[in-house]
Amino acid sequence: MDAVIEAKDLVKAYTLGGAVVRALNGVSLTVGRGEMVAVTGASGSGKSTLMHILGCLGSPDSGPYVLGGEDVSLLTGNRLAQIRNRYIGLVFQTFNLLPRLSALENVELPLLYGGATGARRRAASALEAVGLADRMHHEPARMSGGQRQRVAIARAIVTDPMVLFADEPTGALDTKTGREIMEVFDGLHRDGRTLVMITHDPRIAAVCGRRIELEDGRILSDVRNGKG
Amino acid sequence: MLFWTTLKVALRSLWAAKMRSLLSMLGIVIGVGAVIAMLAVGAGAQKQVLGHITALGSNLLMVMPGQPRTGGVRSGAVETLVLEDAEAVPGAVEGVLALSPVVRGTGQFKFFGANKQSSVMGVNPGYLGLRNFEIAAGRMFTESEVARRAKVAVLGADLASDLFGTADPVGQTVKVNGSAFLVVGALQAKGTQGPFSFDDQALVPHTTAMKRLFGKDYLDEIDVQTTPDADQAAVQAGIEELLRRRHAIRFGQDDDFHVRNMAEMVETATTVTGIFSLLLGSVAAISLFVGGIGIMNIMLVTVTERTREIGIRKAIGARDRDILAQFLVEAVLMSALGGVTGVGAGVAVARLSGLVSGFEAVVQPQSVALAFSFAVLVGVFFGFYPARRASALDPIDALSYE
Repeated sequence: MDAVIEAKDLVKAYTLGGAVVRALNGVSLTVGRGEMVAVTGASGSGKSTLMHILGCLGSPDSGPYVLGGEDVSLLTGNRLAQIRNRYIGLVFQTFNLLPRLSALENVELPLLYGGATGARRRAASALEAVGLADRMHHEPARMSGGQRQRVAIARAIVTDPMVLFADEPTGALDTKTGREIMEVFDGLHRDGRTLVMITHDPRIAAVCGRRIELEDGRILSDVRNGKG
Repeated sequence: MLFWTTLKVALRSLWAAKMRSLLSMLGIVIGVGAVIAMLAVGAGAQKQVLGHITALGSNLLMVMPGQPRTGGVRSGAVETLVLEDAEAVPGAVEGVLALSPVVRGTGQFKFFGANKQSSVMGVNPGYLGLRNFEIAAGRMFTESEVARRAKVAVLGADLASDLFGTADPVGQTVKVNGSAFLVVGALQAKGTQGPFSFDDQALVPHTTAMKRLFGKDYLDEIDVQTTPDADQAAVQAGIEELLRRRHAIRFGQDDDFHVRNMAEMVETATTVTGIFSLLLGSVAAISLFVGGIGIMNIMLVTVTERTREIGIRKAIGARDRDILAQFLVEAVLMSALGGVTGVGAGVAVARLSGLVSGFEAVVQPQSVALAFSFAVLVGVFFGFYPARRASALDPIDALSYE
């Protein structure tokens, strides 16, 4: 299996009110191309920190993190920003779209930061892919939660990243809309994309082919249900 | 492409907080407007003063008693120039077209009920040509009237109208400091404004002024007009040489007189109005600086408010310099828009002050360029720190900022 993510003994500690908190305490995992992985765990188990590090928003204190064959654990600042821009797509619970920009402009932005050509056209086809062809020029404020999350997904896939991370993508949505969004993710998985979902919702975890459970900064279990 | 998006986003966020943007721009508007208006007033003053000086004629030399003024204080004796000095000049120095001794004083003028204090200039008939005066009515007094110390006067336009109204003053008798003077002529108005009026004075023979009015035996000034083809510096040197000899000033000793030429006066006036402009301009520049602080303040607030947006941008791959550019563009846009408005306001104020005071303000293109580019620089300077702070934010912290 072609590995997209290879992390070994990841450690990340914070100082919180004088006490050192080991949010990640030796996490090793490998995610292959085309896998759809759910990362679950109670709050404080370290799953958000894991997503931040795997999503290249921060660096681990120790442990190599090889993304697509390149060790990114020692990169910082602008170099990391480029990795995020090219190889990673991030979807958040609260959508995190920019107000005052239309859906199309929001989706375009990663391409503009990356200096890619044909940004407008690629953004439009990403929006079509998530079923928002008719909402391209709306601002996020005039969209429903489900539509906003679709825009966020379009923004995450527009650069054709190596891996897509989603942090509680249905957490701010009602059950029905949440199910629709999961269908979008499932569709992306079937198209061959690699997905890592951070969630505490067992229904989402059930959709994924593999489930990693974290506890106190360590992996408690890593189960494949044969689907992936 | 990214630049246009950056500009568009900056415009939209300024527009989204219209009131706030306007208020923060106001400092720049006032600053730029003040710089332009103040410099225009300074330039107008300079133009007017220089106009006065050149109206005197460029071929005029003025011999003054005492040493040149230093720091506004005249040093040395002032009773050093005598009539014989003036009379000796034409015979000893080449290139002198006309010359007039000048004796200054103040006179109380009375004509029936009218009573006015005005300045009295004791001169010779040549003074008229020296200072470009024209006779409006009657005549100038003559050399023979000078020789016999005749009590005759030629009145300036303002003085004549103050004493006689619209009536013809020629042939009337006025009392000057108690003695009766025959008005033989009136001068055409010079039409000058400002504190120095050439129209509020009377000309009398210098001999009359010295012996009969003021009891002086020295002169206050000698005005010399050089011939058009004469080398002014040579004439000036000739006069200085002659007077040194006449006053028995030894080599190395300070002169007890000085000669001023027009170039020197233009230079002095330029220096004075230059200092005036600089002073006004720096007060205005300070307000521009304060305007910059206003922009910095609001940009710091904006950066804090938009921490989450910064986090989002960083998460999708914006580099530090992209964030820096975003906020810097916003600050510069604000100062540039303020600058444009300020240019309009400054020009309007300059025009208006010209209309109201009759004191022309000259808006110079270079002062507009200076004020505008200074405003943009203020935007860059004061926008940099907030933008820098925005770009240095950690993406995780920024994303989780509530």
